[in-house]
Parts: sequence; structure tokens; C-alpha cells
Amino acid sequence: MFQKRIVICLDVRDGKTTKGVKFKGNVDIGDPVEMAARYYEQGVDELVFYDITASAERRGIMIDVVARVAERIFIPFCVGGGIRTLSDMKDVINAGAEKISINSAAVRNPSLIEEGASHFGSQCVVLGMDAAADREMPSGYRVVIDGGRKPTEWDMLAWAREAVRLGAGEIVLNSIDTDGVRNGYELNATRLVSEAVPVPVVASGGAGVPAHLADVFKEGRADAALVASMVHYGDYTVNDIKMHLDREGIPVRKTW
Amino acid sequence: MIGVIDYDAGNLTSVSTALRYLGCDFFVTPRPEELSRADKVIFPGVGEAVQAMGNLRKSGMDGALKEFAAGGKPFLGICLGSQILFDHSEERDVACLGILPGRVVRFPSDMGMKIPQIGWNTVDFREDPLVAGLPDEASFYFVHSYYVQPATEDIVLGRSEYGIPFTAAVRRDNVWATQFHPEKSGKPGLAILRNFIGL
Repeated sequence: MFQKRIVICLDVRDGKTTKGVKFKGNVDIGDPVEMAARYYEQGVDELVFYDITASAERRGIMIDVVARVAERIFIPFCVGGGIRTLSDMKDVINAGAEKISINSAAVRNPSLIEEGASHFGSQCVVLGMDAAADREMPSGYRVVIDGGRKPTEWDMLAWAREAVRLGAGEIVLNSIDTDGVRNGYELNATRLVSEAVPVPVVASGGAGVPAHLADVFKEGRADAALVASMVHYGDYTVNDIKMHLDREGIPVRKTW
Repeated sequence: MIGVIDYDAGNLTSVSTALRYLGCDFFVTPRPEELSRADKVIFPGVGEAVQAMGNLRKSGMDGALKEFAAGGKPFLGICLGSQILFDHSEERDVACLGILPGRVVRFPSDMGMKIPQIGWNTVDFREDPLVAGLPDEASFYFVHSYYVQPATEDIVLGRSEYGIPFTAAVRRDNVWATQFHPEKSGKPGLAILRNFIGL
């Protein structure tokens, strides 16, 4: 049976995992390699690492983290943050990541999606999209970039469709309004994107309890759900989440 | 010594990393003449069939792989490396290696599922040394839009379902192939690679 994926997100700054609320006020919470290995043992289905330093001179630290993670875990993982060129993508993929995620850089330079897809295949290219509720936009959501600081002219659905047309193989939809708040995912936006594109959609932003994942799989039609705070602070384990989803009749990976 | 075939079809880091983790001796090569050094071959691959077949023909690796497979030593195709072992792929209508009988077709777009299939799925295997000792209900990681349709049922090693039933693994004699990625399928995937190493 095909299963819904639980994806754990680790924000990495200067080689350390960090966690912020609404993109602000970050605190260090551990070593990304050790955390990745622990979550792998706990049965997480996939991991995403966002390099939130993303300053050019520190890129090497992240590549080293990626290479060390690849030696420890044998499930797919994605790396995003600071990827602006094909050469940046190559560095991350060659270090052992399965996928790269591009967000603001793809809005500024959409051909980056095409280049990545033609070079590595669509399955390697994940579009990260930050959306904020905005009544002026046709879908009701506007694409924002630079960690939520800068609004763009893109409507959420128009950009999702364009990115898929260019070759994005998956979309991570992050709601700026719910990120880090732990009151649940933005179900409406997730369902809109999931129904608008043929590729898998990963919901992000707002998970606080396992029931939120059940909601986003059922009502939000998400294919995967990203979690961070609820597992990083020890409130829930991957297994707690999976047991809840299993009881709700949502197919999850139960042996690993 | 396992030879891992490099034909510029996707990244080989994850296969190499998994083999290294399992403590296995292997080399990665784009050169057909080096297959003589291998007592087993892993043929990975991600990407598109026409390009992959073009690369294999250009280097002469297509002939070398057929010869190796015919020689009786263990051979494992993974993902695209599984698909292009068959006679023909619907993906831009390309003739493939013809090491296994059958063809490669696309998931129907009207089955109400996302295409590609990206994620974890369970597989029902028949008994075989490659899949010995796997936990019940083990899941494997898939990324694909096309799947294999063997010409004969007897080479089907594992079945799965994604909107429709499909063949997830095959075996004929010394040739095994999986649509999923054992190198990215956690411990059950590593168990399959370990079994292959031990054949």
C-alpha cells in the first residue's frame, strides 16, 4: 500500500540545527547529523535540511553536513537554502542528497528549475514555496520570498503550475501564517495546490500535534507532511505520529 | 568485487555510500572493458530511457552488459536500470537492452494518483534469496512514472500497487531488478543489498 510520508525538517545554521518561530528568533537545538541518524532510527520517511546561513563563504560547512548525513541514513533527503546555480545543485547532489529544494532563487530565476530538471531529472528538483494569505490574489494566497520578508507578484497557484511546467517534481508548500505556531497546517492552501498540480505536494508550517497531520492528509490532500518543532522538542516521536495516523486509517510506513 | 555501472544516468553517490556502509568491495566504472574485473554488477539509474540508451550505446556498455548478464554472474538493475533491461520502453518509444522479455509502460494518467509515484510502498515478494529475511510489511522507496510489464509471469519477483497493480521486482536466473531504490529504502533496502552481496 502506498503511504503518506512524514518528513522532518531541520534548519541548519553554521552546521547546527536551529529552530525559529515565524522565521525569527532562532535557537540552536543540536547536531544535524546526530539528529538525522536518530530520526532515521525512529522511522522518519524523509528529511529536509534548510541551510539558513546560506552565505557563500560558509557553503562548505553545509556540504560537509550533507556528506556526513549521507553516510548515516539510507532514506531520501532533500537540501535547500542558498542554492542559486546549477553548480550549487551539483555540490549538494554529489555530496549525497537525493533532492534539492529551491525557493526564492527559483522566483528570481525560473530557468533554474529547468536547468536542474534537465540535468538531474524532475525527481531531484523540489520547489519550495512560501505563501501568505492575501485577498488581492486570485487564489487568496501570494507567493513571498526571502524567508517571508518580500512579497512577489505571483499568485500561489499560478506559480505552482508554472514551476511544474518548468520541471519541478514536487512542491513543498509552506504557509508563512502558520509556520512555527503549531496550530495546524494551512489546509485550504494545501488542498488548492494539491488539486492544481499533478506532482506530490508536501505540506509545511504549523504542525503541533499528530491530529494536524491527519487533517492535512485528509482535508488538505497532501502527499507528505513536514514536521519540526513537535519532534525537535521531544513532545512527540515519529512513532507517536504514525500510530495516530494509522488509527485514523491513513496508510503509513510501519516497519523499518 | 561489485562493478557499479556509471552511464551518466543519475547520481551514484547513494548506491556507493550504501555499498561502503555494508563493507563491500566495489568499483564504479563507465568503461565496458572493466566489467571483466567484476564478479557482480549493479546497474542503477535515474532519468530518461532514450538518453540512457544513447549513453550506453555510445560507450559500448550496452553490449558489455548483455554479455555480462548472459555469463551467469549476479546482476542487479535498479529503477531506470531495471526498466531498460527489458525489450522496449514506451518512454519516447525506445528499444532497450532486451536482457529481459517485456516492455515498459507509463502509469495511466486517469487513475487518480499523482505521477510520478514518489514515496514508500509495500511489495509482496515471492520467496527468493534476494529478499530473504525481510520484515513483514516492509516498505520501499519508489520514484517513477513508468513500470515494467514482463512478457512472462514467471519472472515476477514482487508486486505492488499504485492505483493499479504493477511489477515492482523481477528475477530471471542470475538477473534481478527492482523498480524501487534499495539504497534509499532504509534497513529493508540495505538487507536486499546485503543479500545481493552475499549471493
